[in-house]
Amino acid sequence: MSSLDLRNLKINVGGKPIVKDFSLTVPKGEVHALMGPNGSGKSTLAKALAGHEDYEIVGGEAFLNGQNILEMETDEISRAGLFMAFQYPSEIPGVSIANFIRAALTARLAENEELDAAQYYRRLYEKMDLLKIDRKFTARSVNEGFSGGEKKRCEILQMAMLQPQIAIMDETDSGLDIDALRIVSEGVNTMRGPNLGILLITHYQRLLEYIVPDRVHVMWDGRIVRSGGKNLALELEEKGYDWVKEEVAAV
Amino acid sequence: MANANTSTLERESPAATNSIASTEGFDHGLERLENAPQWLLELKRSQWREFLALPMPTPKAEAWRFARTGNLSLEGYQLPTDLPDADKKSVLESSHLFESFAGKMVFANDQLLEQTAATQEGLIWSPLSNAMSEHGALLRKFFMTFTPDLGSEKFQALHAALFSNGSFLYVPAGMEVSLPFVAYHTACGQGTAVFPHTLVIADAGAKVHLVDIFQSARKDTKNFACGMASIFAGPGAQVSYQAIQEWNLETLSFHLNTVSAERDSNVETIMVSLGSRQARNEQHISLNGPGGNVDNYSLSVPIGNQEVDQRTLQSHKAPSCRSNLLYKNALQDDSRTVFSGLIKVAELAQQTDAYQTNRNLLLSNSAEATSLPGLEILANDVKCSHGATSGKLDEEQLYYLLSRGISRKRAQELLVFGFFEEITSQLENEELREHLNSWIGRKFHATPPTKNLEG
Repeated sequence: MSSLDLRNLKINVGGKPIVKDFSLTVPKGEVHALMGPNGSGKSTLAKALAGHEDYEIVGGEAFLNGQNILEMETDEISRAGLFMAFQYPSEIPGVSIANFIRAALTARLAENEELDAAQYYRRLYEKMDLLKIDRKFTARSVNEGFSGGEKKRCEILQMAMLQPQIAIMDETDSGLDIDALRIVSEGVNTMRGPNLGILLITHYQRLLEYIVPDRVHVMWDGRIVRSGGKNLALELEEKGYDWVKEEVAAV
Repeated sequence: MANANTSTLERESPAATNSIASTEGFDHGLERLENAPQWLLELKRSQWREFLALPMPTPKAEAWRFARTGNLSLEGYQLPTDLPDADKKSVLESSHLFESFAGKMVFANDQLLEQTAATQEGLIWSPLSNAMSEHGALLRKFFMTFTPDLGSEKFQALHAALFSNGSFLYVPAGMEVSLPFVAYHTACGQGTAVFPHTLVIADAGAKVHLVDIFQSARKDTKNFACGMASIFAGPGAQVSYQAIQEWNLETLSFHLNTVSAERDSNVETIMVSLGSRQARNEQHISLNGPGGNVDNYSLSVPIGNQEVDQRTLQSHKAPSCRSNLLYKNALQDDSRTVFSGLIKVAELAQQTDAYQTNRNLLLSNSAEATSLPGLEILANDVKCSHGATSGKLDEEQLYYLLSRGISRKRAQELLVFGFFEEITSQLENEELREHLNSWIGRKFHATPPTKNLEG
């Protein structure tokens, strides 16, 4: 079955172990939430899986549809079907959103294939309308001068256009007001289906009211310490992360 | 030169008599000018003496600091002889980049091959070879009356002595032409020297757009190109000028340009430096009347062992003028750029706004960009700034592009396009903007020269 399959991952940042023995499988068609307090290693995991150089994977295995992504370059991982919605996406001055997404789609074509421009813009506008992004944004430089909400919507727009098999969404709810949160969630929900698996990294239960997960995992000190259904998120909200810490300490 | 040693006697003999550094070559050039008026012949003779008298630049000269002055030898270059018809045909075939234009001229080795006539009453769009006799009085009033004088005086003099053709554009008062006039200048043949000249005069309130394209017929011929472009913007005139320099990578080139801006005129120039093993670009801007406004942009994309040497002067001689200069270079391989710019504000030029910016993007560890910005301000009520930066591609931006599946090479290219966007977005002509993007793109797929060309 196609999925994201992480086995006993160990990740260092600057020589310091941050993710310690992390295992998780996200099958296509499911939404998994990964929750945890600041510093538990959630974002480190996300960036490392997307091939960022500063994050050193020192142990374990990671497979996307059976392909070992630890042996792949950042751009290859993306083309293999893994999408990362960043918490703090970069600003790219002088590169328009339309050109940027077009380059990403073109990278997925065979060398002699060309993107049909008319068809491309039709699809782009359709997704922009869905995410309530002004069509004028196509000419704007990627993320430059965008509000936090606009940046997150731009990430989801890219996700909708690139149609990944697995998407990791890193703190997508941070910095969003309630309206933006609703729009982003609706966008994600329309993409849900048997062909997409989502790993939703979040601090708060709030996002999970809009994007209801199939499974919830709690990360603490670099590993998953608890997994359960969607009610686990509610329990966390009520009792706080200290509850998990205490439970872990008791074991 | 290596080719002189291996060439046959037959090839060597015309080269010897036409050599641009010899008086025989100069005399030969004069003979070719059938229509030149007396004043021009005299000017040429005196400029030839000037050329002979002036020393070659040395690394110690302030105006040549950091430049490879050892590569400026004029040995081995000669004035062109008549082109075979087949070559003319192929030049004509490679000289239509624009679907829509107001006028067109095609030159090969400074010889006019094709020209579209001007349709507007009173407008002059004429090759200089004709303008010399037909518009002698007007030409004399402007021709080489204002030169850059930023270090290449010897080469300016050589240009004046040896030039034979170019484009002459005069737009009468109040006339507005929005489509571009386009002049193509192609160098053909081993060792050929070309001296393209461009003279634009926009009378009061006139509006005009001119594009110069400089290119080589072949990739492997060693050529010498020494061009001058002078723009005179009358009161309230609007002039847009773009020079696309795409000589081959074996060419030694000079582009010595001036802008003269009168009261309330608006001038925008863009220099795009793509070709040449060594390119020396000088730009002297003179703001002569209140309200004058000049934007001067330049971009270069050197690869291999290319050097782009840029010297500029923004001279504010009248109050309430604005000038804005932005030079951007993206350097690959072992290439080098030099930028040396000066803003000069005269004592009476109050309320001056003058800006000078040089940004360099180093795409390789062995590329080298030198920046020498300068200010010389005698007025006390001015806004002036200069800035220079050199840096590498932003790693986080690169990672972001990679994370979307874009290859490293393509990602770098996109970021370079982004870097230049500030300049390319100034181009209103869509055809030109598209060509420019593909020319820049080509510098990422070109094979750089394999050998050090200094030997």
